[in-house]
Amino acid sequence: MNTRTPNQKAWWLVMPVVALVAFNAVIPLMAVVNYSVQETFGNNQFFFEGVRWFQEVMQSARFREALQRQLLFTAIILAIQIPLGVAIALAMPRKGIGVSVCLVLMAMPLLIPYNVVGAMWNIFALPDIGLMGRGLNALGWEFNYTRQPFAAWVTLVAMDVWHWTSLVVLLTYAGLSAIPDAYYQAARIDGASRWAIFRHIQLPKLKHVLLIAVLLRFMDSFMIYTEAVVLTGGGPGNATTLLSIDLVKIALGQFDLGPAAAMSLIYFLIILLLSWLFYTVMTKDEQK
Amino acid sequence: MALIHLEQLRHSYLARPRPEAEAPADWALRGLDLKWADGGAYALLGPSGCGKTTLLNLISGLLRPTEGRILFGSRDVTALEPGERNIAQVFQFPVVYDTMSVYDNLAFPLRNRGIAEADVNKRVHEIAALLDLEERLATRAAGLTADGKQKISLGRGLVRSDVAAILFDEPLTVIDPHLKWRLRSKLKELHQRVGVTMIYVTHDQTEALTFADQVVVMLEGQVVQAGTPVELFERPRHTFVGHFIGSPGMNLLPCETDAAGLARFGGVALAQVKGGRGGQGGRGNQIGVRPEYVRFAAAGEGGLPVRIERVSDVGRHRIVDARHGEHLIKALVAEGAPLPEGEGVLVFDPAHTHVYADGWRVETEQA
Amino acid sequence: MNGLLRFKWLVPTLYIVFLLLPIYWLLNMSFKNTNEILGGFTLWPQQFTLENYAKILTDSTWYMGYVNSLVYVVMNTVISVGVALPAAYAFSRYRFLGDKHLFFWLLTNRMAPPAVFALPFFQLYSSLNLFDTHVAVALAHCLFNIPLAVWILEGFMSGVPRELDETAFVDGYPFWKFFVKIFMPTIAAGIGVAAFFCFMFSWVELLLAKTLTSVEAKPIAATMTRTASTSGYELGLLAAAGALTIVPGAVVIYFVRNYIAKGFALGRV
Repeated sequence: MNTRTPNQKAWWLVMPVVALVAFNAVIPLMAVVNYSVQETFGNNQFFFEGVRWFQEVMQSARFREALQRQLLFTAIILAIQIPLGVAIALAMPRKGIGVSVCLVLMAMPLLIPYNVVGAMWNIFALPDIGLMGRGLNALGWEFNYTRQPFAAWVTLVAMDVWHWTSLVVLLTYAGLSAIPDAYYQAARIDGASRWAIFRHIQLPKLKHVLLIAVLLRFMDSFMIYTEAVVLTGGGPGNATTLLSIDLVKIALGQFDLGPAAAMSLIYFLIILLLSWLFYTVMTKDEQK
Repeated sequence: MALIHLEQLRHSYLARPRPEAEAPADWALRGLDLKWADGGAYALLGPSGCGKTTLLNLISGLLRPTEGRILFGSRDVTALEPGERNIAQVFQFPVVYDTMSVYDNLAFPLRNRGIAEADVNKRVHEIAALLDLEERLATRAAGLTADGKQKISLGRGLVRSDVAAILFDEPLTVIDPHLKWRLRSKLKELHQRVGVTMIYVTHDQTEALTFADQVVVMLEGQVVQAGTPVELFERPRHTFVGHFIGSPGMNLLPCETDAAGLARFGGVALAQVKGGRGGQGGRGNQIGVRPEYVRFAAAGEGGLPVRIERVSDVGRHRIVDARHGEHLIKALVAEGAPLPEGEGVLVFDPAHTHVYADGWRVETEQA
Repeated sequence: MNGLLRFKWLVPTLYIVFLLLPIYWLLNMSFKNTNEILGGFTLWPQQFTLENYAKILTDSTWYMGYVNSLVYVVMNTVISVGVALPAAYAFSRYRFLGDKHLFFWLLTNRMAPPAVFALPFFQLYSSLNLFDTHVAVALAHCLFNIPLAVWILEGFMSGVPRELDETAFVDGYPFWKFFVKIFMPTIAAGIGVAAFFCFMFSWVELLLAKTLTSVEAKPIAATMTRTASTSGYELGLLAAAGALTIVPGAVVIYFVRNYIAKGFALGRV
């Protein structure tokens, strides 16, 4: 490990980054905070309202329902994608030509623009012209995600699993590749079973990688917008209206600046808080 | 525990290696035939890439040989998995199961074999006592220092009472220098107490010579010489052995051998080859003699005239760099012994002057 | 291998089949005209046609969408990686007042929901007369791409021993010359990984891209949604447009295929 020398002039190297990020983060956030505590009736007139918007948002059933939906969605996503991604990475070949092919094909969904992902699945799941929709109907399930909330959820979850599981696979695969051969050799010599190898060698060494994967998937699924909106538009009704979708409806659709701003801040804070919780819980073993 | 026999072993890492005569570089191990007695301490010594780790992995079962058989006693184990061969291996860098305690680490191989907990407990404590790990049994393995972890690795090997052999692959590489000797002595002590066959791979001659009863020197996939440390030192069968072992290594000087087998260097007759010229008609022959057996001539004694270039004092003796023509010859001179200035005459001990043809030792009359 | 494990290869295979299904369906539709799509259900085009692709590649309202997207993505990648390099070096080599907090603050920006910034960005960039420019989107994406680039590059840089820097300074190299000629080639893999991720996240992000553009710098996404809503569902055209958006991604992956496994290690795994 390198030791780092104290040097305050390093700030010059960091200035461009700080400038660009602060420009994009601080100024808008200040604006948001500004709006969140003010009321406007147009004509650029603003009146200070204190915490009224925050109270309104927190008490609104609409917000709470959106939050519930969001939490449910993220929980389902994590419960599926993490174990699935790890299982696939474990089953992948370690060497040979199959590896490159596998990795390239698996990486493809990650590079498709979000709206195309949404549009693809929008059509793919349609009961009349979509392969999946048609197929499910042929198997006996009267599947129509534009009308049935449950079907809409299934499609939404399937789309996200399709889109993002590869990220977990790739991260886990990289983590597995970093385990030196000697550990596997020692396990063979000790006569360890496959399960013992997974539990005592692979899983501990994957902790770091899994932490990154869980955090990334948590954050991104909590912020999901474009794919979901193109897929279902938040419907049917508001069955799949997750937090981002709701927020954009309020902000850009209704131009309710105050409530939108307050909701934005609460939203951001929730993510920060939950991320910090995740991080602490998952790294607490390392404090021992 | 049994005799380990390696029969006609050859190994290549390539899927389709070319025949050895055509492409020797395709083969990591070329034609090995070795027998190791029960309970001995052996060292596999050689430079990087000589095939010693390959050989070790073949014995432990991590690799399956391209050709040949491996027998433990009368059992042919060539097709058996490592877990079935009942050997233990300690790797270059410490391999421990980080999340388990030291106790659980030591118990792991036994539990995998379904041994009763009570017996496991007894055995683990026995081995922990041997290795001075008793106090740390409850600590998490990840928290130990490198030498502690290597001891755990060693312990996992010793804990199986019927282990056939313990194999070491350069186990002291990551250990701090001042702890190396402690661990080395521990290994020697353990060998004497437990009596299990130990095979130790290293590129460090000191480790090999101090640990082993028998040293196998390897070069480019072949065994060059197998013998006791004394044998290797006194009668190296190959120039590589002469040069690799000993510090400084053996002096090698080109010599001319006449039809009668008399080998000369610098006009001085130094050795008598038995039965003629030896090797490729005497061309490319070399004289090998260790600096320990080179001394300065007494007054009036004949020998090889040299010019002294440098004298290094290494404590108990001095290393003299002497030059004859374009060749450098090293001689070891005891601490208080007289040393000529500038020019001198060297005498080689005939009993320790060897002749090598094409790298391999040929029989001489006197040595 | 024993028992069930013999079928291990089935797992990644089934997964890849699952991944390819929707893409195949998209391609399937892109080669049909809309009438055929709506008229019946066929697993491959009965009347194979390239008219959708032809339309896109010849109609400037369509292909400019791709061009615009590529322009701002490349701009963003260059900017993000460019400013991240010195900053990552600072984090890797030096301790300075507030360094840990700064690093952490940078990472929190990755946690900012784009939805929160949609409206403020719209107002901010409009007020600077940057609305509907490529620069606006390129800069806006810096919000989450710069922290990522810094994080990745710092990981790779920490793997390079300081002795390299010190040797260069002792040899008399001025800082910038050392950085460009010696240091950067050493972490070339890291730069590649960082550039790949910046490209990826900028190429796929569309909420901000749509919010900040209208005509001049309109990304392909906006063109696609416009088609869907105004002239009814021109499905074949939409499918072809979508299929074409996959191409740059596929090309990029192909180029970095050897580094994918290593790259995801981010130098830190």
